[in-house]
Amino acid sequence: MKKKWLLLSAIFTIATVLAGCENRLMILDPKGPQAKTLSDTIILSIIVMAGILFVVYVLYAFMLVKYRASKMGDDYEPPHEHGSKTLEIIWTVIPIIIVVFLSVVTVQTTSEVESKPLGYEDQEPLVIYASSSNWKWHFSYPEEGIETVNYVNMPVDRPVEFRLYSYGPITSFWIPQLAGQKYAMSAHVTKINMAADVPGSFMGRNSNFNGQGYAQMEFEAQAMTPADYEEWVNDVKTTAPELSEAEFDELLETDFVGRQTYSSTHLEFSPAPEGQHHGAPVSDEEEMKTAPSSETDHFNHKDAEEAE
Amino acid sequence: MKWDEFFVFTGDPMLFAAMISIIVGAISIVVGLTYFKKWAYLWREWLTTVDHKKIGVMYILVALIMLFRGGVDALLMRGQTAMPENGLLNAQHYNEIFTTHGVIMILFMAMPFIIGLMNVIIPLQIGARDVAFPRLNSVSFWLFAAGAGLFNISFIIGGSPDAGWSAYFPLASLEFSPTVGNNYYALSLQIAGLGTLMTGINFVVTILKMRAPGMTWMKMPMFTWSVLITNVIIVFAFPVLTVALALMTMDRQFGTKFFAMQDGGMDMLWANLFWVWGHPEVYIVILPAFGIFSEIISTFARKNLYGYKSMVVSMVAISLLSFVVWAHHFYTMGHGVMVNSIFSISTMAIAVPTGVKIFNWLLTLHKGKISFTTPMLYSLAFIPIFTIGGVTGVMLAMASADYQYHNTMFLVAHFHYVLIPGTVFAVIAGFHFWFPKVFGFRLNEKLGKLGFWFITISFNVAFFPLFILGLNGMTRRMYTYSESTGYGPLNMLSFIGAVGLGIGFIILVYNIYWSIRYSPRDEDGDPWDARSLEWATHSPVPVYNFARVPKINELDAFWFAKKNNRMLSDDPYEPIHMPSNSGMPFLMSGAFFAAGFCAVFSWWIPAIIFTIAIFVFMALRSFEQDHGYYISVEEIERTERELGGDKK
Repeated sequence: MKKKWLLLSAIFTIATVLAGCENRLMILDPKGPQAKTLSDTIILSIIVMAGILFVVYVLYAFMLVKYRASKMGDDYEPPHEHGSKTLEIIWTVIPIIIVVFLSVVTVQTTSEVESKPLGYEDQEPLVIYASSSNWKWHFSYPEEGIETVNYVNMPVDRPVEFRLYSYGPITSFWIPQLAGQKYAMSAHVTKINMAADVPGSFMGRNSNFNGQGYAQMEFEAQAMTPADYEEWVNDVKTTAPELSEAEFDELLETDFVGRQTYSSTHLEFSPAPEGQHHGAPVSDEEEMKTAPSSETDHFNHKDAEEAE
Repeated sequence: MKWDEFFVFTGDPMLFAAMISIIVGAISIVVGLTYFKKWAYLWREWLTTVDHKKIGVMYILVALIMLFRGGVDALLMRGQTAMPENGLLNAQHYNEIFTTHGVIMILFMAMPFIIGLMNVIIPLQIGARDVAFPRLNSVSFWLFAAGAGLFNISFIIGGSPDAGWSAYFPLASLEFSPTVGNNYYALSLQIAGLGTLMTGINFVVTILKMRAPGMTWMKMPMFTWSVLITNVIIVFAFPVLTVALALMTMDRQFGTKFFAMQDGGMDMLWANLFWVWGHPEVYIVILPAFGIFSEIISTFARKNLYGYKSMVVSMVAISLLSFVVWAHHFYTMGHGVMVNSIFSISTMAIAVPTGVKIFNWLLTLHKGKISFTTPMLYSLAFIPIFTIGGVTGVMLAMASADYQYHNTMFLVAHFHYVLIPGTVFAVIAGFHFWFPKVFGFRLNEKLGKLGFWFITISFNVAFFPLFILGLNGMTRRMYTYSESTGYGPLNMLSFIGAVGLGIGFIILVYNIYWSIRYSPRDEDGDPWDARSLEWATHSPVPVYNFARVPKINELDAFWFAKKNNRMLSDDPYEPIHMPSNSGMPFLMSGAFFAAGFCAVFSWWIPAIIFTIAIFVFMALRSFEQDHGYYISVEEIERTERELGGDKK
């Protein structure tokens, strides 16, 4: 019985923590519509699962309390039972209904977080390329023509589209309070949509193990008011140095660096591996250099087409 | 290659201690065997044996040793992360340890423990004298042992793999993982995997062809059903691993580009191949566990298994679904909504047959007469804890939500909540349950229960906090974190639980020692008053298993024979045909080990020579004339008398 009390108190603790206002768990403390959708989905699923656990635990406790050998008397001989059609249908159909319900929720919310954030459909998203190399993140802003390393600033109330790729092992780009994660890989570009509702500084990191410096591979994502953002962009444009190809190559080789800011992007001389898969016109030479042949990529077909 | 690259002399005191202890251990085993003049005994009775019971015991022995190796890895990991900015391990050491922890626990602990139990029990449970191919069975074991040995020496010779147990490319490629660690990974899993594939074929044939007369499909015990389905999964899944590992070796050592970033290679291909094997692998270790729990729950509730038919149907359903869910391991790879939705639905669908099983177990308890023995305690604890693992599995199956759980401690908590109460509790329960069958005496119940409470409570203390840490954004595989994250206290709690788990396992082993010395030996063949056929023969089981082949006319035939005071067979004794022992599997696996070791370091000439030796052994076997031997009626009569009289 000790164990069950322990479990119950553990569940009680988590319920309290989930409901508590201060010190909310990061994933359940969303600051943008995408993360909000996911947080709501998670809480909904926890409630459904708690219901299932409750049913199982009640039945379990009942059986263990009622049918212990010490209570049954020495001459009690348990009956021979084959099963019951009715009961079996009940405990097959109810789970099926639950699974169908959760499937609908999953399909809906997945397509929600894979498209432009709710409430921002009419705005052009700000495109930021995020690429990883060794244990750092490069953020290129093609619109503004600026680039940062290990920190990213974005305006609030504007959809942001991150386009992800990697200069090495697979990494996973994750800003838990703004949106769910996605892999950054070397051969093609993946996409995350997000928006921040309030200004603030959020933890961002690579969540996919990629070697020695993995634990330190964090960055700061700062959402700022549009005015602050404009000011910052102008600041960078006027004060930060340009990023040369040689400098960028050197940067790629480095294991760790602190924050860096440049007034040009690496996209001009080292473009993202997008559009090379799906019949987009690419010179043969370039295809040889970076991309596998188009036929091999069955995944992400739709995503990459949308990205173009 | 220089000597200091060969032996890992990093000046790390922990590695040094590990090395010394391995060397001291090896020397003391050799000295001990020589001193007690046990070499001939070891060779005759164990190294050359083709007896399924002894092979099973050796599997379990290796699995227990590996449990401690993997457990020490786990303690070091939890110790390192118990406090923020802890300096117990450096990043490289931590990365190697979590990689070997995963590989060892799944492939060299859970699988062999389960294969060991099925080796011991399945032929007995179906009333057979051995498996279908006894010599092949011995090859399977020794290949597994060679693979396990090869994997473990990587720790001191050359360096362990460090790219995670899933060894994702490009991280596991030569470019990003230049040590020989991942060569070890590919070759040792390859060798052990061949053994597993042979086991799969062997047990499918055994169960299909060697059941006692009258034991039709629906009269097979549930453990036999689960093992049959598991081995069908092995036969379909393991070739995928074989191919994937071969491609990995080619990429790392021969310059091919299957998974490379350039020249048409594709890193995602590895992830797909790995999980096309890897997900069915999860069911390979969980379905036999379901079988074990079914046997134990119905034995100690003193009631037949509720809903037998639906139990079988649900296992078949799970086995089919296990092949169509692999992409849920990487929803975040950017497949788009359609693919993710399909895999979400197929994954959640598994919850339905699994739920059916949970309710059937609960209804087996209904109107039963439950006695709380150690194996029953583990089986009962399994239900509520595994259900937590199950429902969090459904949560993870929702692709959208998984974007937030993926790679976090939430995931780590989930799969430990499935694998520990599922597989680990099952093998420990099965170990306590079937121990008297093999050795003729029971493990001590008091120590068994003490170990149970330590393990069960500590398990929850160790792993429940990880759910919360995951929801708070802590990712897995981080060797350290800063204090400002606030992850410290819960990680410390988890470490305390891990220590408790360690103590629980030590109690378990102490119980084996205590019981060997002091447990009463006066058990008959059926100490638990159980239901299936393995209890119909003597304990310890004679080499031929059953003096007379039992005849079966219903499910739980042994139980009803006991109730009605009936014999399962009253045929006269006949000479029994048995397979002869052979040293060839052991020697051939030695050649496999040597070839694998040389190949790890790309020493191709010796590797080729040892590979030729493997083929020579196979050729010798094809020309060998060995028809086994017969046990005479007189000898059967004598053995039966010595073991305490005729058994039904």
